[in-house]
Amino acid sequence: MTLIHLSAADLSAKLTSGEVSSVEATQAHLDRIAAVDGDIHAFLHINADALETAAEVDRKRAAGEPLGELAGVPIAIKDVLCTIGMPSTAGSKILEGWIPPYDATVVSRLRAANLIPLGKTNMDEFAMGSSTEHSAYGPTHNPWDLDRIPGGSGGGSAAAVAAFEAPIALGSDTGGSIRQPAAVTGSVGVKPTYGSVSRYGAIALASSLDQVGPVSRTVLDSALVHDIIGGHDPRDSTSLKDAWPSFAAAARAGAKAESLKGLRIGVVKELDAPGFQSGVTQRFHEALAMMADAGAEIIEVSAPNFEYAVAAYYLILPAEASSNLARFDSVRFGLRVNPEGGGTVEDVMSATRGAGFGPEVKRRIILGTYALSAGYYDEYYGSAQKVRTLIQRDFDAAFAQVDVLVSPSAPTTAFKLGEKLEDPLAMYLNDITTIPANLAGIPGMGLPIGLAPEDGLPVGIQIMAPARADERLYTLGATLERLLEEKWGHTLLSQAPNLTPTEMFAATEGAV
Amino acid sequence: MSEITPDVVRHLAGLSRIALTDDEITKITGELGAIVDSVAKVNEVATPDVPATSHPIPLTNVFRPDVPGETLTTEQALAGAPEHDGSRFKVSAILGEEQ
Amino acid sequence: MAKAELMDFDKALELFEPVLGFEVHVELNTKTKMFSDAPNYFGGEPNTNITPLDLGLPGSLPVVNEQAIKYSISLGLALGCSIAESSRFARKNYYYPDTPKNYQISQFDEPIAYDGNVEVELADGRKFQISIERAHMEEDAGKLTHVGGATGRIQGADYSLVDYNRAGVPLVEIVTNMIFGAEKDAPELAKAYVSAIRDIVVSLGISDAKMERGNLRCDANISLSPRGSGKLGTRTETKNVNSLRSVERAIRYEIQRQAAILAKGGTIQQETRHWHEDTGVTSAGRPKSDADDYRYFPEPDLLPVVPGAELIEQLRLALPEAPAIRRRRLKESWGFTDLEFQDVLNSGLLVELEETVAAGASAQSARKWWTGEIARLANVAGVDAASLVTPIHVSELIALVEAGDLTDRLARQVLEGVIAGEGAPHEVVESRGLKVVSDDGALIAAIDTALAAQPDVLAKIRDGKVQAAGAVIGAVMKAMRGSADAARVRELVLERAQAPEAE
Repeated sequence: MTLIHLSAADLSAKLTSGEVSSVEATQAHLDRIAAVDGDIHAFLHINADALETAAEVDRKRAAGEPLGELAGVPIAIKDVLCTIGMPSTAGSKILEGWIPPYDATVVSRLRAANLIPLGKTNMDEFAMGSSTEHSAYGPTHNPWDLDRIPGGSGGGSAAAVAAFEAPIALGSDTGGSIRQPAAVTGSVGVKPTYGSVSRYGAIALASSLDQVGPVSRTVLDSALVHDIIGGHDPRDSTSLKDAWPSFAAAARAGAKAESLKGLRIGVVKELDAPGFQSGVTQRFHEALAMMADAGAEIIEVSAPNFEYAVAAYYLILPAEASSNLARFDSVRFGLRVNPEGGGTVEDVMSATRGAGFGPEVKRRIILGTYALSAGYYDEYYGSAQKVRTLIQRDFDAAFAQVDVLVSPSAPTTAFKLGEKLEDPLAMYLNDITTIPANLAGIPGMGLPIGLAPEDGLPVGIQIMAPARADERLYTLGATLERLLEEKWGHTLLSQAPNLTPTEMFAATEGAV
Repeated sequence: MSEITPDVVRHLAGLSRIALTDDEITKITGELGAIVDSVAKVNEVATPDVPATSHPIPLTNVFRPDVPGETLTTEQALAGAPEHDGSRFKVSAILGEEQ
Repeated sequence: MAKAELMDFDKALELFEPVLGFEVHVELNTKTKMFSDAPNYFGGEPNTNITPLDLGLPGSLPVVNEQAIKYSISLGLALGCSIAESSRFARKNYYYPDTPKNYQISQFDEPIAYDGNVEVELADGRKFQISIERAHMEEDAGKLTHVGGATGRIQGADYSLVDYNRAGVPLVEIVTNMIFGAEKDAPELAKAYVSAIRDIVVSLGISDAKMERGNLRCDANISLSPRGSGKLGTRTETKNVNSLRSVERAIRYEIQRQAAILAKGGTIQQETRHWHEDTGVTSAGRPKSDADDYRYFPEPDLLPVVPGAELIEQLRLALPEAPAIRRRRLKESWGFTDLEFQDVLNSGLLVELEETVAAGASAQSARKWWTGEIARLANVAGVDAASLVTPIHVSELIALVEAGDLTDRLARQVLEGVIAGEGAPHEVVESRGLKVVSDDGALIAAIDTALAAQPDVLAKIRDGKVQAAGAVIGAVMKAMRGSADAARVRELVLERAQAPEAE
């Protein structure tokens, strides 16, 4: 097994034992990126300092400095996060080449824990999308089938780990942007409880919905990353002051668990819908049966207001986004487009935003402006915020009966590139199972449960827990992962097609 | 039945400072109309007795002490500026009045 | 710009009832900004006082300044307001280059303070209760400099430069309810109200309140109601009112301007107007095309402020005395007559006087200088007296006069020097060589010269005609450029004149 196929935890063990150096591990991943990213296009920028940083960590280790578990392990970072020294574009032309003067808090924590930032990954522009087709820099391709989407908005991070270009990555999730790509690429991703991971330095989409979270191939790896990035940040007012238990410990405990006896698992009736792809529903029910066999109690719960979740989301998000994106106006940073014949600053702002934003972003800004405008606020934004209350109540009622809730993490497997581009509403429905957790602020995990029989493409399950009970995701997730891998005799991703190295000039540092 | 017309879209584009072509206005009018019709269903359950939730996890009184922190250098501040004179950001003539 | 027609003020008041409203913005003097921890101070090289948030950089987030909350609550209490049990921030969305996020974090439906009252006293002793609708917290914008136009204003400028040092400075906006019944005292009332707010925030210690620096800004709203109609008129909002003097003049002007239009059967545009202190007129701002659709919504990046009864009580107990009580106390301790005190109030100089006395001057000297020479100079320059010179400097000047180092006349010259920016009084004395010459030797030399030049005067003095000394005294004073004490010169002249001829 080559270095790139190791999980972060296994790689970390080899780094600790001295069997492998961080420089070797980093080089191996850079080589992999060079070999396959021409086809995958997961990366927008490769860190020019990666090997130097790796060498520094090797030096610290040799000097006997105490290092954390993931020290020396490379990590890919979604381009929505501000990174000193590397462009942070949020997948948009309006921020092309913009290098922030500061690191996002989560990035600072990664650096302090001595992880090696490999580069920035592709995403739907300003995280608006479910397929990464709305990136201004071209789409990312699903490693399972290069003609298919890797999910969105964090398709780059998910594809990077699924294609073994990085063992772990950071993503962000506003309506499913970590969990849905995990589903369609056969990887793992977690959206933490709202406020448990700092948003400082994460380019904002919808402030009351955004969370940063881990992307990986294993549940334990996500837990290890989550332990590093989580916790209170005084720079983020919405940051929770809670002390968190070790999620890695929860995952390890889960992996050893003999049974799921006593665990009450709720199935949300409204998210086990007949409209889903049959293979998705089939694998989902097989997973339920497996967990029942292991002793869990499967209970059907109803969340009647979930029917309104997508509608509420597509009012709240555009409203907040229309305000958050107002700062992109050509004045202080980013693109400036001067209209022909010059013009007032208002003309320059409009021309810049007209040229710098893609169609999905424009659509949502216009929609959001409408939802907030005089005379419409109560009917649209105001009402959506009320639906949010109702959805929280549905979750509260459900969690009074069960310990966790489960659903498929996407209604279909990876669809073909271009298939849903002309129908925004159809695209929005990809988030139908993931949106409720963002509205309520509760945590959710996406992990693979098999391949759909009809197309051989990954299917994922979503686990949800009450707010602040993120560790339940890791305990159950690790158990389920072990049960499935024991049943299959291998990991899911080991079944992904071998990507042949591309002849094309592949992504190297600085190339976009 | 949504009230999204090209004039409405033009007005919203003006409010949000986005220059749209005529084609874009036509396209967005259609798309927005469909979207608004679809999301308007929130009104079915958003009755007066239901309070609005703006923050998913309730917190209050989050403050910081009145102690100066680190600032950016002027170079850092201007680093991303499309146009500046070495100390201030430069913009073309302003049409509107300050608020 | 065509000059607007104005109706005679008294005539305007006959036909119309003025209705006023004010929005006063107070810059708080906390150590850091409202939502970012950049230092909060005036001046400084452009763009040196900013964090990522103050530039609206992507990913930056606001965090509320604890001290600003306390100051705002204290101000609300001092205005007689109720303090909100739960208060929240809201985004006010609009595009302008001085607004780094293109939204201002302000307050909309849950302001920190509401329903208050400020008592204002007019020159004739009439007391006015100004009803306060609300006081809310928000952040200031950056500073724009318009380049290329004739007047440094927006119109005609080629381009503008932006400095974000001021962006994010904490502001409290105080909004009055509509003010009726001011009648012909409307301009005076406007000035007295703003002055009263100034006094309050200075006595609370929460703002430097220097209007010329923008620490305190007033937007003046005025509408005219045709007498007997029972109908409210359309109001205009006048901005750029940067001194107490401007407040009074702008209100007076708008009354006259609006009356002229209405009397002709015209209508008033609901608009924002810009006051020009130099020409004494308001001009129309650009018509607002967006109407005021600020699309307010609760700020998702900030959490509600729940002050709690304990904190409010604590701040209430720490309040300085109420303004009316303070005024009474000062009047008594200074021993001013009603007229003298009213004079000070009318000039809006209560704060200045208090600080000058605190710096060591006697109250009467302070009053004499502030309402006398300084006010005169201010009037000539068309600015507020408070903006010309600091109380510390005035106190120093007074001390120099009382020590005999300066005559009144010299002191006026020193004052001019201080105002011109030449430094503190003692520095101006030094650099301009204005000290009273008390060295008799120098005087005697000048006197002898003058006596020698006017031998007939000398003879007359010897003859007992003392009045003749005047010519010599005059000559000596001229020679000494007024730096001599006239009384001493006279003494010495007479002495010398009687003295035996020098050998």
